[in-house]
Amino acid sequence: MLEFKNVSKWFNGAQGKVTALKGISFSVRPGELLAVRGPSGCGKTTLLLTAGGLLRPSDGHMSIDGQDPYALSPEMRSRLRARTIGFVFQQFHLIPYLTVRQNILTASLAVPLKEASERTQKLISHFGLDDRADHVPARLSTGERQRTALARALLNQPKVIMADEPTGNLDEDNAQTVFGYLSQYVSDGGCVLLVTHDARAAAHATRSLQMSLGQLVE
Amino acid sequence: MTIWNLLIREILHRKVNFALAVVSVIVASGSLIGSVTLLRIHDIHTGKLLEQKQAELEKRMAQLKDDTRKAMLKLGFNIVILPRDQNLSDWYADDYASKYMPEDYVHKLADSGIVTVRHFLPSLQQKIEWPEYKRKIILVGARGEVPNLHKNPVKPMVQPVPPGTISLGSELHRSLEMKAGDTVELMGRQFTVHACHEERGNKDDITAWIYLAEAQELLDKKGKINAILALECLCTTDALPKIRQEIAGILADTQVIERGSRAIARAEARTQVEEQARIAIEKEKIAREDLRAVRERLASILTPVVVTACAVWIAILGFTNVRARREEIGILRAIGVRSRDVMVMFVSRHVLLGVLGGALGFLAGVLAAVYFGTAHESTQIRMIDMDLSWAGLLLASVGGAAALAVIAGWIPTMIAARQDPADVLRNDN
Repeated sequence: MLEFKNVSKWFNGAQGKVTALKGISFSVRPGELLAVRGPSGCGKTTLLLTAGGLLRPSDGHMSIDGQDPYALSPEMRSRLRARTIGFVFQQFHLIPYLTVRQNILTASLAVPLKEASERTQKLISHFGLDDRADHVPARLSTGERQRTALARALLNQPKVIMADEPTGNLDEDNAQTVFGYLSQYVSDGGCVLLVTHDARAAAHATRSLQMSLGQLVE
Repeated sequence: MTIWNLLIREILHRKVNFALAVVSVIVASGSLIGSVTLLRIHDIHTGKLLEQKQAELEKRMAQLKDDTRKAMLKLGFNIVILPRDQNLSDWYADDYASKYMPEDYVHKLADSGIVTVRHFLPSLQQKIEWPEYKRKIILVGARGEVPNLHKNPVKPMVQPVPPGTISLGSELHRSLEMKAGDTVELMGRQFTVHACHEERGNKDDITAWIYLAEAQELLDKKGKINAILALECLCTTDALPKIRQEIAGILADTQVIERGSRAIARAEARTQVEEQARIAIEKEKIAREDLRAVRERLASILTPVVVTACAVWIAILGFTNVRARREEIGILRAIGVRSRDVMVMFVSRHVLLGVLGGALGFLAGVLAAVYFGTAHESTQIRMIDMDLSWAGLLLASVGGAAALAVIAGWIPTMIAARQDPADVLRNDN
């Protein structure tokens, strides 16, 4: 589903070349939750954005669902992202003026779905957000916000979820809930790339990789 | 969920930003529409003012013309038609003509359709010695005015002396101690005194008027007259050449004399008044044109400045909006929304605020122009009088405002559309 082959990424800044990823190779198959763990600044987010088709690698090759996103036009790459990937971030990135229901439905902006409303309602019920469906993010708890973000990521039934520190802002109970949903998604045939510094993630991952200074350490 | 839904909800969420941008567009389009309307109102006021002054002038001129006509009537006949061979020196010295012309001339004149003179009075005058009283008098034989068949009938200026009667000037009837109804003998013929006139202070005081045919018999001038009196109709100072030309075409062997300098002076005064009024109107017209030029110049300087300032303000608000929506754009792009859709969303926002601002600006501009344009003017104005294409102007306002908003917001829109989602998401984590 997701494959990295010797992928490197570096940035040319004012202080010279900064290497964020160095010769990364791994793959994630359906039914697998790969947790990439490491301290802050080790390149986890860069890895996830590169995997998500948002940050072109400087070297190496990668593919999602058998396609190299960076070989596609920007339009096609957007389409591939919309249909194949669901994103979950630590900061949730919900749109502040939309309700829970509307935030989930924003995923249908890129891929119009006939059954978007029905699927949204199912996801609202699945994530226990029925009584919060018409509330804006400012009135939600952090756990509810993350569940809303997770529901948005799942609306288009993506083949892979890329989660960047999804439990970073959550308490123990809410973190367990999020891990539980991700595990369930994997057991339903999906695959997850989870980048986190949370040690609890290992307990829910089918495989775990350690990252340090832009490199994977087994 | 559609881009349109997202757009409306975002506008409702960031009301202040949107409202400020709309106000900006209102000011820009309002100043433009206001300037156009104000200049149009100025033109209409000018037209009405000049029209009013012209009407006043014409009314005054009509009044003066009527006054002149009445003055001329009071002064009596001012045109004298004499036989061509009459020596004018003799005529001025004797005050009557020594040459004669057929009485039929008066009918020829009255039937000719002449327009420059009216009130035709044939007369036969001669200075004689009244044999019965041994005194010099002026004998005038007259009949009623011959009506001009080609004009509306008018009241005669003099009443005819009936046959067998005589009217006497004041000096005659006083010195002879006669009164109306008395019988008097003139050249062997009996006449009844028809009227005794009040003192006039001229030769009329020693004049005796009898019926024309009787005068012709007494003076042995049957079918002859020596003058036709008339009143000129044109009441202008340069009418005499026209009258002479017209009469010469009808009665070739006559000559025309004009009398009554007071009437001429009055006509000249009237012409002067008319000339001065026309100069005043012309000056008013020039003053209004100057004022229009000043207003036009002011509008041509102020309007672009206002429009530019508003465009800059819209751009600043656009940048603020893009900055506030940085995270939102980042996540939308990450979940697969194309940069083209982001651009459509921002352009639509600017079109919407342009349309709204343009329509409200049109309304504000027109109302402000009507208010300020009529505040110091004496004439009233109605919207319908402005003969402006309101629909076209509204369309231009809305279209122009939308174009202004899109152009002003173009750079922020491009920044939003080209925003790299990775930058946003990497920095926010």
